[in-house]
Amino acid sequence: MSAPVLDVEDLRVQLRTPRGTAHVVNGLTYSVGPGETVAVVGESGSGKSVSVLALLGLLPDRVATVSGRALLHGEDLLSMPPERLRQVRGPGAGMVFQDPMTSLNPVLTIGKQIVEGLRAHSDMSTAVARRRAAELLGEVGLPDPERVLDRYPHELSGGMRQRVVIAIALSNSPALLIADEATTALDVTVQAQIIDLVEQLQSDHGTGVIWITHDLGVVAGIADRVLVMYGGRCVEDGTVDDVLEHPVHPYTRGLLGSLPDLATPLGPDGEVPDLVTVPGLPPPPTDLPAGCVFWPRCPVRGDTRCETEQPPLVEIADGHSGHRGRELPHRAATWCAEAAHE
Amino acid sequence: MTAPAEPVALAPARPRWRETLGLLARNRTALVAALVLLAIILVAIFDETFAPQGANEQDIDNRLQAPSWSHLFGTDDLGRDILSRVILGASVSLKVGFLSVGLAMVGGTIIGLIAGFYGRWVDDTLMRIMDMLFAFPAVLLAIAILAIRGPGTSNTIIAIAIVYVPIFARVTRASVLGVREEVYVRASRSVGASDFRLITRHVLPNAAPPIIVQASISLAFAVLAEAALSFLGLGTQPPNPSWGLMLAEGRGYIDLAWWLAFFPGMAIVITVLCFNLLGDGLRDVLDPRQRTLMAGGGR
Amino acid sequence: MVLAGVSVLVFSLIHLVRGDPVRLALGTRYSQEAYDALRARNGLDQPLVEQYFRWAGRALTGDLGVSFRSGEPVTVLIGERLPATLTLAFAAILLALLIAVPLGTLSALRPRSLTDRVATVISQIGISVPDFWLAIVLILVFAGTLGWLPSGGYVPLGEDPLGWLQRLILPAIAVGVVSGSVITRFVRSSVLEALGSDHVRTAQAKGLPERQVLGWHVLRNALLPLVTVTGVQLAYLLSGVVVVEIVFSWPGLGQLALQSVEARDYPVLQGAILLFAFVFLVINLLVDLLYSRIDPRIRR
Repeated sequence: MSAPVLDVEDLRVQLRTPRGTAHVVNGLTYSVGPGETVAVVGESGSGKSVSVLALLGLLPDRVATVSGRALLHGEDLLSMPPERLRQVRGPGAGMVFQDPMTSLNPVLTIGKQIVEGLRAHSDMSTAVARRRAAELLGEVGLPDPERVLDRYPHELSGGMRQRVVIAIALSNSPALLIADEATTALDVTVQAQIIDLVEQLQSDHGTGVIWITHDLGVVAGIADRVLVMYGGRCVEDGTVDDVLEHPVHPYTRGLLGSLPDLATPLGPDGEVPDLVTVPGLPPPPTDLPAGCVFWPRCPVRGDTRCETEQPPLVEIADGHSGHRGRELPHRAATWCAEAAHE
Repeated sequence: MTAPAEPVALAPARPRWRETLGLLARNRTALVAALVLLAIILVAIFDETFAPQGANEQDIDNRLQAPSWSHLFGTDDLGRDILSRVILGASVSLKVGFLSVGLAMVGGTIIGLIAGFYGRWVDDTLMRIMDMLFAFPAVLLAIAILAIRGPGTSNTIIAIAIVYVPIFARVTRASVLGVREEVYVRASRSVGASDFRLITRHVLPNAAPPIIVQASISLAFAVLAEAALSFLGLGTQPPNPSWGLMLAEGRGYIDLAWWLAFFPGMAIVITVLCFNLLGDGLRDVLDPRQRTLMAGGGR
Repeated sequence: MVLAGVSVLVFSLIHLVRGDPVRLALGTRYSQEAYDALRARNGLDQPLVEQYFRWAGRALTGDLGVSFRSGEPVTVLIGERLPATLTLAFAAILLALLIAVPLGTLSALRPRSLTDRVATVISQIGISVPDFWLAIVLILVFAGTLGWLPSGGYVPLGEDPLGWLQRLILPAIAVGVVSGSVITRFVRSSVLEALGSDHVRTAQAKGLPERQVLGWHVLRNALLPLVTVTGVQLAYLLSGVVVVEIVFSWPGLGQLALQSVEARDYPVLQGAILLFAFVFLVINLLVDLLYSRIDPRIRR
């Protein structure tokens, strides 16, 4: 088994808000191997974005308290001195954010924005960096890269901009790529293209990818493993097959059950069955329930401990071994697995 | 089933006044400013009760006295008690301020509503006129108007009002343009709501916040403008007390008796400052984005 | 187009002013003939509309008429006074920018710190202070009590550079404080907004050094709209200096305008106001042009 690119242990993030301390991430533990795609799924407010921002130290110091360990190739990102962290950003891990229009500086040319990233981590001359930038733009599938270098972000379409952002993220050949809702702001057809692009680049360079999304379709398409987040914790993780086809945690089951399915049979009167939804809203991070995070909304409530105790993330009996021979356990944080598992 | 009399279309969340006031109160600076303003307004309304002496009681023997217990702000060159004059001047300044801004608000809002709502050539003509007024340097426009109508407090009110009409017109028009194309307006219209009803129930409530913010800012400048105009001799005429006038009178004695100019000046600064602080607070509260931030929403 | 409208407005306003200029110009004793002659000479006996067109026509060719009071051509009078006003306005804006931009930026970089709080308080007071009162206070302190600087007058740069500077400082401060406060508040909010923007986060995620992020991504974006704000302030200043000019006996256009109002000297007043409006429009135009050149989003 090859060493993981990223190894996160018990990541916790608290944010100071006018309404009190928000416990946004509560003990996240996972790892990403080389060439592996891990999808992190959850509703808005589940803490998925904050968790990755914390990894690269992109949360404002004044309001964020981060604890835990995050080993990138053995070095702990969370206890690095700031200058070292700056050096790691880029060559160590690249990030792609959700909205390509606002992620790029509107008053600088594309070329300038790629070149500055290259020159910050090497001693390339501007001319060399420009050539490399053009190469990168070609790799992400942009036609006529030389001309694109001199364009401004508003002159490109959304899909093209996102390709630029990906190019920037990969420009220093990082071992890890983090995509935070990278396709949410794009048209569906463009989404597919971007996803294909990332897959391609990943197989070309062996990059590990963390893909944050709330779109289960995306997960099914490209992920090797899935991590379901709720209320700042991981409530279920495992291979894509395990989690999507044999969900164990009531929340995951709720998520998957709420997908409209053409195969669902019509009712006795020929009426279309209602969509199963998970009623209620996620708990505010300033006021988390004492026991299982999902308890207030849980339709199962199969165990008396759920209300008062936090169920630990434990392996589920029928974990299938994932691809490439790795032992990939299927874990869930619930005591109600027996009741739910069919 | 009968159709509803009023379409159920969604109107935007109008600021709820109680919540607004509550949020505003959280801002301590604005709260203090509001209280101080309230005090000033009260003093201005009941000026004669508060002023220890009349504005024009002369006492030549005691002229140019430094501040003392009998004359808290000192006396001026004619022996008049400066504290009393400052208090009475408050009523003048505030009267001018509120009336002129009130006039400008009403006038400008109406013009802006008509221009924005009816559009095309009505809009063009009206806004052209507004632009012409706007291109005029404010102070000079006021001076010119006063030159035409002659000096005096009431003419000052008119002059300042005219100067500020274009701004209110623009603010209102901008709001109207933004709201006019909203779905709920079209929905209302399709059910046959009259123009008047549309304006009063949909357009106006949305335009209200920026207008209110503009009003508080303009109040600050109106007080300053009144002072400037009186200072130049074009506004309130002697012997009526006005802060600006007192500054002009005090200017000559500045090295002998600094209190002649100092106290009216401070009065202006404090009043204008409070209007500005209040305006800032109002702007924070009434701007929808800022508001959600303050009310504790979001992650 | 707007200018034409303005000119109509100016003209009508002026002529609505009460008080007969001819009588004022002639003084207390005059003969009916002298009165008629002066009126005729200045074309005041013609119907108003005709007067307007005469004036406008001549104005287009650069002839703004002749002062009632002194008989000098208006253009000359304005020409004499314009440099003084321009100097004051530009000096004030320059002063304002030099202080406001760094102050506003620092404020935004350290929100709620002592620097920020002090800056905020000062700028809030700054926009509340009447400039003429400040002028008076400055004169009291610096010219009166301390005797460091002269209290008024104007000396052309060519003649006496030191004297020019000395006389310029106090008025520039008096006028600049207001603009400076406005600009400080603007810069602060603009920089704060830029700091929180997504592209700054991207820049950080790229691993760029802080200074580079600040210079290229924060400030560059935040200060772009400063051009507009400065232009507006400048335009406003050029006319707003009237009162300060009076206080400092600064021989500028504002002072001229006021004097001509009192003297009902129509041609001069018309010319002055027209010039002010013209300058205002020109500055707005220049600002728009400049902004469209530097913001790539608007360029194409």
